[in-house]
Amino acid sequence: MLRARQNHWVFLALAATLAVAGCTSGKRADGGESSPRGADSTLTIKGSDTMVILAQKWAQAFMDANPGKVLQVSGGGSGTGVAALINGTADLANASRPIKDKERKQLTKRRGVDASEFRVALDSLAVYVPAANGIEALTIPQLKKIFRGQTTNWKDVGGEDMRIVLYSRENNSGTYAYFKEHVLDNEDFAATAQTLPGTAAVIHAVSKDKGGIGYGGIAYAEGVRTVKVAAEGSDPVEPTMENATSGKYPLSRFLNIYSAGEASGLAKEYLDFVLSDEGQKVVEGVGYYPLPKEAK
Amino acid sequence: MSETVLDAGEPANAPAAHRRITLRPPRAKSKLASSFHTPWWHRAAERTIAVFALAAIAAIALIFIFIAREALPMLWEAEFAEEVALRDLFVPKQWHGYEDPVFVWQPVGEPAKFNVVPLFIGSLKVTLLAMLMSVPLGIGCAMFVALYAPRAVREVVKPIIELLAGIPSVVLGFFALMVLASWAQATFGFRFRLNAVVAAIGLALTIVPVIFTISEDAIQSVPKTLTEAALALGARKYQVALRVVLPAAIPGIAAGVVLGFGRAVGETMIVLMASGNAAVMELFDFSTSVRTVTATIAAELGEVAQGDPHWRVLFLLGVMLFAVTFVLNIVGDIAIRRLQKRLTATS
Repeated sequence: MLRARQNHWVFLALAATLAVAGCTSGKRADGGESSPRGADSTLTIKGSDTMVILAQKWAQAFMDANPGKVLQVSGGGSGTGVAALINGTADLANASRPIKDKERKQLTKRRGVDASEFRVALDSLAVYVPAANGIEALTIPQLKKIFRGQTTNWKDVGGEDMRIVLYSRENNSGTYAYFKEHVLDNEDFAATAQTLPGTAAVIHAVSKDKGGIGYGGIAYAEGVRTVKVAAEGSDPVEPTMENATSGKYPLSRFLNIYSAGEASGLAKEYLDFVLSDEGQKVVEGVGYYPLPKEAK
Repeated sequence: MSETVLDAGEPANAPAAHRRITLRPPRAKSKLASSFHTPWWHRAAERTIAVFALAAIAAIALIFIFIAREALPMLWEAEFAEEVALRDLFVPKQWHGYEDPVFVWQPVGEPAKFNVVPLFIGSLKVTLLAMLMSVPLGIGCAMFVALYAPRAVREVVKPIIELLAGIPSVVLGFFALMVLASWAQATFGFRFRLNAVVAAIGLALTIVPVIFTISEDAIQSVPKTLTEAALALGARKYQVALRVVLPAAIPGIAAGVVLGFGRAVGETMIVLMASGNAAVMELFDFSTSVRTVTATIAAELGEVAQGDPHWRVLFLLGVMLFAVTFVLNIVGDIAIRRLQKRLTATS
């Protein structure tokens, strides 16, 4: 590689650069305390892939109503959004799961403030199978066994004799976390569960795989069939708006937005808009459910 | 021009290493020569070039140091020790809810399980499979184009293969995900639509041009005298190709293979899209989904808070990946040099 042996000074120079760089950057590493970058007219929103389309529609409507304000929305997963909130690179985090205690602590440690939670919409987590799969309903315990990898054939849950192929989400997904908590009782997904980036990818994969099963936000269900889900000891329920709002459907959840500390300025304006009737109309347009009256 | 002097006495076609241009004044001090000084801009230019060259090395070292600095605190940090035992990163453990001790990568969960072995096995499987496909293909193509193809065919085939290298990997990944995966499942009857084989085919598409280009150059640069001598001795064309040209070009070909391997290990987008990303601990079954080291870093790094144990482990993966490719390149380099020496000594 380096041909010239005599050029020791090369290494000396190199070592010196490294030493200098090492010292200087060592100091900077934990200096991420600068206030969220948003000045008064820009807002960075990051987080849940489940919510990204919804958030983009909100942002669009908000920007139309308030010219001059710029909202930047990106996905990446609920974990990504909360991490960005903690690291100070986002002003608001979309999350399709509640914030974890650990994340709250990290936020307090890093930014010196507590997280404020805003419930902004209601979602049903649907279980998807390909349109050709005849299975009608699954119970939560059955789902658990399937996604734990203990049930591996559709005939064991009343379907055809066909191997089950699991499609899951990346572990930074709020949908993943929700499913893990509410269906798997916090046990691990089977190692064979394929992790795909985004609900749309899961749906695409399931629609192409005869033995496939996946899960995701209700707004995405196209080209696949949603299965009725039964809580243990009760009847199978379809993931409709009534069932979600009434709490009958066992896998409904709130979609949340988090801010570091009290929301103020533009973030506050945006949140007010989101929770207004106009904002909630957007929710319905995207395919999720507006907040039930009592949850507002 | 009199101050820069070409080393005299070397034949013009001497090997490159000897045909060096020295920028020093000539030793024989004629009065005329000594009265000239190297102009300052020459020295400035030399320095600038040296700085550029060093910058590349410095960049590599800095990258390594940055990655290592994020990973190393795992050795002493209490926050890390609370959540993860170092040995669990590498050896199987019987976790709650599992029947046997297992290698398992479940970085989100209670407790989080960070065993890196399935990831490295995933990387290794995809890489080996991709190499298995692309090495014979790349070298075969190179031999065909360099030795057999008529000029017209060569003019067409060579740029097309090289064009393959210019396709963004995300496009290849997309192709593998949408088209290749369905085709492979229909043809081979894979249980998983996205699996190691699909990802490896996608990868092979990026490596073939690398191996092809370098091998083709190496084969082209085998001295014509060798082939002509062999042909004159009555060897058939294939004998010349296999027994004379190929061995003489081996160092160059090996360089291509090493480079291709590095590319394969480090490639992220294609495997992220086409491998299914399930961290299955399975050594020999290539029809299962795999999760590679690179895909894991790409998929998970955006999620974690800085300084979290998960963050540290991801950087450890980076360090290990860096080390693997670095060692591999050095070993490849040494092997190529040895080969070269042996070949030049005997010829």
